[in-house]
Amino acid sequence: MTDTAPRERQLITLDVNGERHELLIEPRRTLVDALRHDLLLTGTHVGCEHGICGACTVLVDGAPARACLMFAAQAEGARIRTVESLAEDGELSDLQRAFTEHHGLQCGFCTPGFLMLAEGFLAERPAATKEEIREVVASNLCRCTGYQTIVEAIDDCAARRRKET
Amino acid sequence: MKPAPFVYHRARDAVGATRLLAELGDESKVIAGGQSLVAMMNFRLARPRHLVDVGGLRELDYLRTGPDGALRVGALTTHHTVETASDERLGSGFAVLRAAMEWVGHLPIRTRGTVGGSIAHADATAEWCLLAVALDAEMVALGPGGERRIPAADFFQGYYTSALDPDELLVEVVFPRPARYAALTEFAERRGDFATVSTVVALDLRDGAVHGGRVALGGVAPLPVRSPEAEAVLARGGPAGPELFTACAGAAAAAAGPPDGVSGDGDYRAALIRELVRRACEEAVSR
Ligand SMILES: Cc1cc2nc3c(=O)[nH]c(=O)nc-3n(C[C@H](O)[C@H](O)[C@H](O)COP(=O)(O)OP(=O)(O)OC[C@H]3O[C@@H](n4cnc5c(N)ncnc54)[C@H](O)[C@@H]3O)c2cc1C
Ligand code: FES
Ligand code: FES
Repeated sequence: MTDTAPRERQLITLDVNGERHELLIEPRRTLVDALRHDLLLTGTHVGCEHGICGACTVLVDGAPARACLMFAAQAEGARIRTVESLAEDGELSDLQRAFTEHHGLQCGFCTPGFLMLAEGFLAERPAATKEEIREVVASNLCRCTGYQTIVEAIDDCAARRRKET
Repeated sequence: MKPAPFVYHRARDAVGATRLLAELGDESKVIAGGQSLVAMMNFRLARPRHLVDVGGLRELDYLRTGPDGALRVGALTTHHTVETASDERLGSGFAVLRAAMEWVGHLPIRTRGTVGGSIAHADATAEWCLLAVALDAEMVALGPGGERRIPAADFFQGYYTSALDPDELLVEVVFPRPARYAALTEFAERRGDFATVSTVVALDLRDGAVHGGRVALGGVAPLPVRSPEAEAVLARGGPAGPELFTACAGAAAAAAGPPDGVSGDGDYRAALIRELVRRACEEAVSR
């Protein structure tokens, strides 16, 4: 196939985890590939590349989104947060600790996606019921845990956050 | 997989977008939320040479109710914005739209996917397409020659095919009348998947009696369709209750036709239609 568009590169600026990065990339670079290959933030995983598995879930202006279904150029001007932003000074966040305590992961492939999904969801709905958490957890796939422990981890984290405030 | 190369253009405003589309010609495509298009490009089912990104056009992100009772939805309004809209923003007659959003994929899809993108994509089982047909929406398209309005009955033309010209931008979807007693329900193999069969029922309900209504079905034809047979039952009217609703559901299922394949597909679909239409009638009343 020779009949393709010219492979020009384009200069874009991405705001990731509070830092600004300039990247010279092809427009067809998806956000997840830009994060992993250009910024070497490999915490965000990539599975299906068509929106089904959720391994690539990041926050775009606070809202959970599939980084495989966005071109990096579309993310210009938005604040992106990845799993690398959760821990502070090497100290796991309360959400990450809840996943550990409740065995919300086994192989861990899906975990960054679930963490960012839960982080974005709880920010919008701190009073979420367990039923609502189950519903949101259905957004992503996990081949190991059976989901129950993930629901419990998120529910427990939400309950503790409510108690603190 | 990775998408084929393309040139990226960011539209500054709606008119600019249509000008770009006209200039770039057939091999250009609009990208809004990207929740259908990027997946198709990743699989190389779509390989546009130019993408015109309208995602930044905040002036097309709105929900407006007017004195005429209509609800105007900007094309770039996301599913999630509708899902979280307050009663004041949505108007009491359009709660059906908010309730329907839980059926559209999952949260991370709904935060990016747009109303206009869904309707322009014209998937026969997409909730927005079904709502547009059921509630008589009008699509406002902006092209190089100006604006035109396309009624839902003319807008959807077949599998993933709409009346939009390649250089037209869908800018607004108008729901002309409140639908106080309306509900969408569906069956999908897994929660969040596109529906196998979906339905919207909107009842004209006064003092506990039905005086007509609309029934639309998704997943039974290459485009969302109304069911005149089921609507005829509602038009005959009667007390809002199991008898009328069962008759309405039965008419919808019978009219959906003979089996379309060699397997039991047709019978299965008919059973789904019967159950879903009945449930939608009941949900519509309980609003
Ligand atoms: C895992 C997953 C599950 C999903 N489940 C569902 C579901 O259950 N129900 C459902 O309805 N949808 C579902 N979707 C699709 C989702 O709703 C999309 O948001 C929607 O189909 C397209 O909207 P978009 O803004 O993302 O459009 P895009 O993907 O950006 O564009 C889609 C098409 O519309 C065109 N287009 C977009 N905006 C305009 C415009 N303003 N004017 C003219 N043309 C335009 C584009 O050129 C393209 O051809 C799902 C998606 C995924 C990834
Ligand atoms: S890699 Fe993005 S959803 Fe699977
Ligand atoms: S822990 Fe292995 S996929 Fe979820």
